[in-house]
Amino acid sequence: MAIAKVCGIETEYGIQVRGAQSNPVAASSVLINAYVSGVLRKVGWDYEDEHPGNDARGFTYQEVFAPEVETHLINAVLTNGARYYVDHAHPEISTPECIDALEVVRFDRAAEEIVRTSMEAAGRLLGDGSEIVTYKNNSDGKGNSYGCHENYLVDRATPFGRIVSQVTPHFVTRQVFCGAGKVGSEFPNTTSAMVPYQLSQRADFFEEEVGLETTLKRPIVNTRDEPHCDAQKYRRLHVIVGDANMAEVSTYLKVGTTSIILAMIEDDALGGDLALANPVAAIRQISHDPSLTRTVLLRDGKRVTALELQWALLERAKKYERSHGLDCVVESVGQDVLARWETVLAGLERDRNSVATWVDWVAKERLVNAFAQRHDLRPGDAKLKAIDLQYHDLRAERCLARRVGLEVMISDDDVRSAMTEPPTTTRAYFRGKCLQKWPNEIVAANWDSLVFDIGRDPLRRVPMMEPLRGTAEHVARLLEECDTAAELLARLGS
Amino acid sequence: MAERTQKQKPVPARTEETVDEAPSSAPQGDKLKAELDDLLDEIDGVLETNAEDFVKSYVQKGGE
Repeated sequence: MAIAKVCGIETEYGIQVRGAQSNPVAASSVLINAYVSGVLRKVGWDYEDEHPGNDARGFTYQEVFAPEVETHLINAVLTNGARYYVDHAHPEISTPECIDALEVVRFDRAAEEIVRTSMEAAGRLLGDGSEIVTYKNNSDGKGNSYGCHENYLVDRATPFGRIVSQVTPHFVTRQVFCGAGKVGSEFPNTTSAMVPYQLSQRADFFEEEVGLETTLKRPIVNTRDEPHCDAQKYRRLHVIVGDANMAEVSTYLKVGTTSIILAMIEDDALGGDLALANPVAAIRQISHDPSLTRTVLLRDGKRVTALELQWALLERAKKYERSHGLDCVVESVGQDVLARWETVLAGLERDRNSVATWVDWVAKERLVNAFAQRHDLRPGDAKLKAIDLQYHDLRAERCLARRVGLEVMISDDDVRSAMTEPPTTTRAYFRGKCLQKWPNEIVAANWDSLVFDIGRDPLRRVPMMEPLRGTAEHVARLLEECDTAAELLARLGS
Repeated sequence: MAERTQKQKPVPARTEETVDEAPSSAPQGDKLKAELDDLLDEIDGVLETNAEDFVKSYVQKGGE
């Protein structure tokens, strides 16, 4: 049976300084510092177990990503189990490990609120009238893209080649319900007249089917093999093909459907007959066709639309649910994902306005088209591009996504508590609770360990190699009973 | 700010069949259009004043 699909999202936010000269690295640092110094003591990130150069295909590119390049930058672990840091020239938050898609939505929303709070704190800190503004999008419209990456726990025993070939059709076509929408195109030699609007922020940037890169020659399936847990048992599938979503239901469907598809691949219940003849061309072609009517070629010679391919995946997922159940994605969430998956495909097929409260690209498209009509604007007009950008502006008073009636899945209270409280159902619970209780004794943290300094002896590393150990059920009582970190370490026997 | 909270809209489809008795979808379309018009009125006031400068100055370094 498929293993639990522990999952999470890491989002790089666009950043702009207004009213002052500043480089984006410095601005990102100011932003994160403003939050961290005001809220909790900064805990250093421990890079000992980071190997971003490892490749799932079995070889290593040490020179591709030297982890040291990051170590001088701001890097904090939050009490909700998330990591908040500067990556390249962007502020980035990785959610804690989550047990299901709904939890991912909750912590992704919390991450947004953390960034929003940071902007306000930074504004007060700067005090000179200048302002740091952040955007939850993936492109500047000028050919520069930054990512929103998903991570899923998969069984090491599943052949990686099977994952690559069978997950690709989903990665190419899921944009019909989780694309964030983009005005124009950044693909070479493609004008606004040719592509006034497209489904995805990211589709223009994919050049390979599979590979290790994330910043150039981006692959549809990324092969980074850095499990951050027991590497004998698990992989962490690092997914770079998605857009950052403002619509909660888009995030939910993106993670929920992908979790189910990966479980099916693990149980060898999906089949390889939906393979595309040319996935790289198809992902762009589908993105460039908001009518959703153009077909793409399958390897077996058939032609299908993106929606037809999604219907085929959904039918198989429903069959899988009947034969295997959906325990591995949390049964209740899995059932809800299947129901909404069907609703969204039917809605896109019949009347896409019916899913404008769920799907970012549909909500944004309505806005762009209505605005263009009212002001008689042509494709390529700067005002339409401004609407696109401002849809993702995280300032409440400017954000357009907040104004288009998107369905809210997570209450304000639940978002607020997720800013400081970790999930209870993964090892993030142990990380977050220890940081709450013993911030001064923890000198470093990583996804798979905490390092304590209790004032004597060498530093003590507590390994956390199992993503589902260290949950509230396992350790809540223990953590409550221990008054000091030393006591905790003694009880853990480490 | 008046419009800080998102409006919860009814879930689409599945419940749609029961509503389908209406002879035409025109009233629904009018309602959608009215909502959109209100939104556009609001957006005229929220949108960055100099769109051209704003779009031009929004330059990011690639990330990931």
